[in-house]
Parts: sequence; structure tokens; C-alpha cells
Amino acid sequence: MSTVLQPAGAGNRRRIRRNAGAIFGAGIVGFITFVAIFAPWLAPYDPFTIDLGRRVIPPMWMEGGTPANILGTDQLGRDYLSRLIYGARVSMIIGVATVITSGIIGTFLGVMGGFYGGRVDDAVMFAITARLSIPVVLVALAVAGLLGTSFTLVILVLGLLLWDRFAVVARSTTMQIRNLDYVAAARCAGCSPMTVLLKEVLPNIATHLAVVATLEMALAILLEAALSFLGLGVPPPLPSWGLMISEAKEYMFFSPWIIMIPGIALFVLVLGVNLLGDALRDMLGTDLSR
Amino acid sequence: MLHFLRRRLTVAILVALTVLTLSFLLTRLSGDLAISIAGPNATQEDIELIRRAYGLDRPLWVQYFDWLWRALQGDFGDSYFFKTRVARLIMERMPITMTLGLCGLFIALCVALPLGILAAVKENTWVDRSVLMVALIGQAMPSFWLGLILMVVLGLNLGWLPISGTGSWEHYVMPSIVLSFSAIPSLMRLTRSGMIEALASDYIRTARAKGLSRLSILVKHGFRNAAIPVVAIAAVQLGFMLGGSIVIETVFALHGVGYLAWESISKNDFPVVQAVVLVLALIYIGLTLLSDLLNAVLDPRLRSA
Repeated sequence: MSTVLQPAGAGNRRRIRRNAGAIFGAGIVGFITFVAIFAPWLAPYDPFTIDLGRRVIPPMWMEGGTPANILGTDQLGRDYLSRLIYGARVSMIIGVATVITSGIIGTFLGVMGGFYGGRVDDAVMFAITARLSIPVVLVALAVAGLLGTSFTLVILVLGLLLWDRFAVVARSTTMQIRNLDYVAAARCAGCSPMTVLLKEVLPNIATHLAVVATLEMALAILLEAALSFLGLGVPPPLPSWGLMISEAKEYMFFSPWIIMIPGIALFVLVLGVNLLGDALRDMLGTDLSR
Repeated sequence: MLHFLRRRLTVAILVALTVLTLSFLLTRLSGDLAISIAGPNATQEDIELIRRAYGLDRPLWVQYFDWLWRALQGDFGDSYFFKTRVARLIMERMPITMTLGLCGLFIALCVALPLGILAAVKENTWVDRSVLMVALIGQAMPSFWLGLILMVVLGLNLGWLPISGTGSWEHYVMPSIVLSFSAIPSLMRLTRSGMIEALASDYIRTARAKGLSRLSILVKHGFRNAAIPVVAIAAVQLGFMLGGSIVIETVFALHGVGYLAWESISKNDFPVVQAVVLVLALIYIGLTLLSDLLNAVLDPRLRSA
């Protein structure tokens, strides 16, 4: 055996800590995904049933709380835990659907620019620059104000606005591998540009795009919450966490728990997605932080 | 240098024109603007009247060039709701948003630079990891929620600051803190990675070999080089923060441009919305141009690029 064994030192310890972050992040995201999928079986009550006789009951561990409503009830007497559970669906669907939409647009533009270069690349760079100069929240609000609020509209607007980072990363990574031997070999073997792009380029930049996907998903979830909070995102009575905070904010000075619960859920989910992204980025050894 | 300048300027002008076109198209998204202005209870005659009064009966391209020509002269038309010039409305509110943005950026830099440097110097220790954790927490914090929590804690429980409104400098403290949170993570990570790179370079080793003090090495040799990208990004960040201030201004009822936009969206006051989108986008374009220039001035290696 001529291999020198690495001393179990700093390197190993760092890897373990990094894994701790990854496991923590994966745990959070996995748990919330589970909750979102199985919401109808997990929720103790219907999240839309109004009971005006039982409004703003605090969580069971606080004074005046009851075990019947573990997290209390909201300003219309709806069970808070049930709304929170269904709210996970809203956040997860918006996050995933936005990432798919923006991922397709951004990856297409970025790969085209990076692969073909020249004029095509100039056009793609220009599109990215123009997109970045558009204030996302403002435009999303304006579109919702004009067309009316709906669940699909939020996904569409965010999907059409958040593709910039996908395009930037797809472009630069495609440029790096464009001239590598295996791409040249595929070209020499007579593969069409389409085949080269789909079979050689895309699989090799996919991991980098996965890192971007986590960042964008976190951003989309936060933006949906902000839009719903401002009353121009997901329409009521859907239980979006941002909307829950918005609807409850008149009560926050007397019962702060009412904004704390959905806020913490939102914070934990975004933290989990970001931790997962960081772990992925560390594994790749690339630095996309910006 | 001149070539570099000309190229960046051309791109900036083209982007500005694209944004002008987009913000025109934005308000035509709903199909018929006249119906949106008239509201749900309008009769067919009302809609017809509005269509004629606002020139919406003309062909789209005539409307576009008319609008473009006026917008280039700084004329964004009249607000339907406030019954004054849109340009005046924005001019009145802009100082509030600018103050908020600059205060937010200042707080962000005051937090991000020292922490970023600290993390780089203590790379891979618990200090470094704590700093990165702070960045992660900052990234995950919903700004409107943080705003509400501060209102409850600092405004109500401790009674230190006014809860909402625009009156005095105290009204800017909480919104600026909340706004700074959006910029701290990225500025901090950038300072950290720039510093780590700078500290590993040859000129730092030379400085050490010359026997310079630790502080002098860190500040004069390390930070001056690490700061170049940070300064440039700070300008871009300010642009993002101005764009994002709409949420925070609405939470704190701070009557800046963002609040104006939110009010106008809920009142179907399209000329104002259109103009705010445009002005914020143009400010962003100006700031990125400034950022490119700063980069070139501070780092001579980039000028030929």
C-alpha cells in the first residue's frame, strides 16, 4: 500500500459539519414536502371552515389555548394548524413550478448564448441585462393589479421574471465545456447540434443548474409570500403563509403568536432550501454566491 | 478606457429603450386599458368616453411613439387619482425612497464589511461559520415579517421607535434596518471570498516578509484589493434595494415611491405605476453603469476588457 492515509483532522471535521448542514436542510425540505403532499390526511380540520364563535384562540401551550386547536385559530375561527399545513402546499407548488418555468427559459437562453457565442451570445447577454434592470416585485404587483390575482398568475409572473441566474450560470458553464474534447468528439462523430446540446452539454451543466434551482426556489417562495402579504399574490381564502401574516396583522399587537407561526414556517422552509443549496455548492466546489 | 466606456454606454441606452417599451406594454397587458380605468360598474358610454379622452382609440403604435416621445422629455402624463403631473408626484416622493435606500445600504456595509473581513481572517473556525450562519439567516428572513416583528418589539413593547408613518428621522430607523437585511448576505459573502483570495496572494506574503503590522497588512493590502468588487456590487445592490423598497414602504406606511406605486396599483392609476417602474429601472441602469465605471477606475486591469 503506497497510498498515504489522510490524517483524520480538519478536513474530515469540515466534511462532517458540511454534511450536518446538508442533512438539516434536506430534513426540513423533505418534511415540508411530505406535509404538503399529505396535507388532507395530516390536517386535523378543514382549513376553510369558518367558526366566528371561536376566533383568535391562542396555541394550546399558551393561556387560553385548548388541545382541540393545537396552534389556535385565526381571526375567522379557522384552525391555524390546518391552514399552516395547507399553506405548505402553496409555497412548495409555487417554488417548484416557478423554478421549472424559469429554469427552462434561463437554461435555453444561457446554453444558446454559451454554445453559439457571437451574435447569439450578445443577444442573450442583452436579454439578461434588460431583465435585471426590471424591478421584480413592482412588476409582479403591477401585473397582478391589472389582471387580477390568481394562483397560476403568480407562478407565471415569477417564472417569467426569475430566469436571469439560470441564464448566467448556463451560459458560463456551457462556455467552459464547449471546447472540451468530448464535445468536439461528438461533433466530429456527426452528431447534430441538437444532440450535442441535449446529450453532451446539458447533462454536464445540470449539477450547476441544480444549485441555481435551490437559490431561485428560495427566492420564489419569499416573493410569493411578499406578494400575497401585499394582497396581490395568491387570492384568499387560500392559506398562503404570506397571506396568513397579512390577514392576521391587525391582531399582532395583542397576540404576536398569530404572525409568528406562519412567519417561522416560511423562515424555516427558506432556510432549509438554502442549506440544501449550500451543501450542493460545496460538493461541486463552485462559488456562485452573489 | 474610452472604448470600454462607449460600449457600456451603448448597452445602457439600448437597455433603457427596451425597458421603456416593456413598461408601455405592461399596461396594455389587460387587453383594454379603458375598461380597467373605468372600473367594474362603468357603462359602455363611459368606456367609450374614457377611450377617447385618453387617446386609447388611436392605433397602438401611434400611442406608443406618442408616449415614448413624451417620456423621453420627462413627461409621464397625469395621474388619474391624484390629478397632478406624474413626474411631480415621483419627484416629491423620491427623496424618501432614496434616503431609505442609502440608509439601508449604509447599515448593510457597516455590518457586512467587518463581519466579512473577520470571517476571512478566521477562515474555517467557529467565527467563520457563525458569520456564514448569519448570512443564511439573513437570506431566509422574509422582509415584511421582520418589519412586523420589529414593530411589535421596538415599537410597541419597548416603545423606542414610532410604529409607522413618515414624519421624522426616527421613522426611517426600522425600515432601513429591514431593508439592509436584503443586502447583508451577498455583501458579506463577497467581502469574505475577496478577502480570502487577497490574503492568499503573493503581495500579502511580501508585506508579511517586510515585517508590516497585522493591521496594516489587513487594511492597506488585503482590504483595498478585496473592496473593489464589493464597492461595485454595492452600487448594484442599491438599485435592487430601491426596487424592493415597495414591500418595506408599504409595511411601515413610509410615503416614498414604493408606497406610491402600491397605492396606484390598487387604484388602477396606470400612468403612475408605469412611470415608477420606468424610473426605478432607469436608476438601476444608471447604477450598474456607475458600478462598471467604479470597477474600471479602481482596478486598472479591467479597463482593457
